[in-house]
Amino acid sequence: MSQARPAIHVSGLRKRFGATQALDGVSLDIQPGEFFGLLGPNGAGKTTLISILAGLTRADAGHATVMGHDVVRDYRQARRALGVVPQELVYDPFFNVRETLRIQSGYFGLKHNEGWIDEIMHHLDLAQHADKGTQSLSGGMKRRLLVAQALVHKPPVIVLDEPTAGVDVDLRRSLWEFISGLNREGHTILLTTHYLEEAEALCGRIAMLKSGRVVACDTTRNLLQLTSEHCAQLRLDGDAVPATWQARLQHDADGSWRINFSEYAELETLLADLRGAGIRVAEMQLHEPDLEDVFTDIMKRA
Amino acid sequence: MSGLSALFYKEMLRFWKVAVQTVVAPVVTALLYLLIFSHVLEAHVEVYPGVSYTSFLVPGLVMMSMLQNAFSNSSSSLIQSKMQGNIVFVLLPPLSYLEFFLAYLGAAVIRGLAVGFGVWAVTLWFAPLQLPHLGWLLAYALLACAIMGALGIVAGIWAEKYDQLAAFQNFLILPLTFLSGVFYSIHSLPPFWQGVSHANPVFYLIDGFRYAFVGHSDTDPWLGLLVAGACFVAISALTLALLRSGYKLRH
Repeated sequence: MSQARPAIHVSGLRKRFGATQALDGVSLDIQPGEFFGLLGPNGAGKTTLISILAGLTRADAGHATVMGHDVVRDYRQARRALGVVPQELVYDPFFNVRETLRIQSGYFGLKHNEGWIDEIMHHLDLAQHADKGTQSLSGGMKRRLLVAQALVHKPPVIVLDEPTAGVDVDLRRSLWEFISGLNREGHTILLTTHYLEEAEALCGRIAMLKSGRVVACDTTRNLLQLTSEHCAQLRLDGDAVPATWQARLQHDADGSWRINFSEYAELETLLADLRGAGIRVAEMQLHEPDLEDVFTDIMKRA
Repeated sequence: MSGLSALFYKEMLRFWKVAVQTVVAPVVTALLYLLIFSHVLEAHVEVYPGVSYTSFLVPGLVMMSMLQNAFSNSSSSLIQSKMQGNIVFVLLPPLSYLEFFLAYLGAAVIRGLAVGFGVWAVTLWFAPLQLPHLGWLLAYALLACAIMGALGIVAGIWAEKYDQLAAFQNFLILPLTFLSGVFYSIHSLPPFWQGVSHANPVFYLIDGFRYAFVGHSDTDPWLGLLVAGACFVAISALTLALLRSGYKLRH
C-alpha cells in the first residue's frame, strides 16, 4: 500500500483568512480505494482543505495532489480525477435535472454521456424528475442532484462535504448505500460529517482536525480503542450506596448513579456488593465507548 | 463538446430561456424611446442635412440596446451564480480562465446582437432601410458588444451584492451610454461638453455605428474603430488578469 500513488496527497498545507489560520500545516495521504473520514468541529479547516483540493481556494504554502496531479500546476487532470459534492445546497434554477447533468458533463469535455447520465439518475432516483426544473425539486432531490453532478465525469476520487446535513433518515440511508457501493467499486471516498456514528460505520480511516491541525489520524478501529472506558448507569432502590463505593460512584442530578470502568470484573464486584448490602438495582444501562467519546477526548486534549 | 462550448451553450440557454425578459423587453423599451422622441423632435430637429431625426435616432437606439444588454448578460449571469452559490459548478471542472472568458463573452455578444437586430427590425416601420456601410456596422456592433460583455464580466466578478452591480450599471454604464450622442449630435453641445464627450468611449461606438447607417458622423469612423479596439484590448486584458488571479472567485 505504501508503494501505491496516493489518491489524495497533501503536505504542509497552510491557509490564512485574515486573522484566522484556517489550515496550519496539514499533511495527509489517502490511498486509492479508501473510505476516509475527516472530522472536526466547525471552523477546524475541513472545508478549507477540501476547497484547496478542488481548486476553489489557493493554499498559502504546501501542496496537494489528486491521483498524482498537482491541484495548481496540473489542475485540469486533478479536477478530472475529482468529484466534489459541496456542502451548500446549490442549484441553477434556469435548468432542469437532465440539462444540469448534460451541461456539467460538457464542462469536463464529455460529448456522448447520455448513457451514464441515465444510469446515475436511475441509481439516485432522479429519473422520474429528469425534466423537472431544479427549483421545484425538494431539498433531498437537490442533494441527490449534487451527488449526480459530482459523478458525471466518473471521477476516481469523490469528496463529500457534509452531504447528510439536514437530510432525512431515508435519504441518508440510501445515500450511504449508494456511496458505499461506489467505494466497493474502487472509488476513493473522502467524507466530512458531523454525524460521528456515520463516520464510525462507514470510514476505514479517520483524521481529526482542530484549529487547522491534524490532531489524530488512524484506522477507525484503532481510534475506538483509544478510549477503553465503559460506563454504567444504575438506578437503585434507596439513596445510599455501600461506603466502599462512594468515591467511585457519581450521583447524577436525576438520582441515578454512574460508574466508569475498564474491566467488566469491576462491574461484577459492584453488583455483588450492592446485593450483599441489600440494595436492589431497579434499572441499569451500559454505554460502550464510541467515536464520539474518542472525538470528545481528543478534542479536549488537543 | 469541449468545456468552452459547454459553458457557452449554458450561457446561451440561460438567456434564451427567459427571452421575453432578455430580448423582447429591451426591444419594446427601445421602441418606446423611438416613438416618444421622434414624435417630439421629428419636426424640429435635423442633425445632418437630408437625414430625418428618426433615421438619426435609430442607429443610436440599436447601439444603446446592444451595449446595455451585452453588459447585462455577463454581469447578471455571474452575480446570480455567485449569490446562489452555483458558480462552483463552473469552478470545479477543468475550465481554463481563457475558456471562462470566451464563453461568457461569446454569449454576451450574441445577446447584444440579438437585441440589436430586434430593435433594428421593429424600427424598420418608422425609418426606411438604408445601409450604406455594412462592414462598419458589423465591426462596430461586434466591438461594442464585446467591450460591454467583458466589462460585464468584470462587474459581475467584482460585485458582491445585487446593489453593487446596480450601482455599476446606474452610475457608470447608463450615463456613459445616455451622454454619448444617442439622442443628439455632440456638435449641438457647448465646446466644453463636446470635449468631455470625446473622452467617452461609448461616443465613438455610437458615432461610428451611426455612420454605417446614415453616412454621416461627428468624427472619423477609423478613429472610432481605433478607440473601440483599444478599449476592447484594455478591458479584455483586465478581465483576463482578474480571472487568472482568481479574484473574488477562488480565494
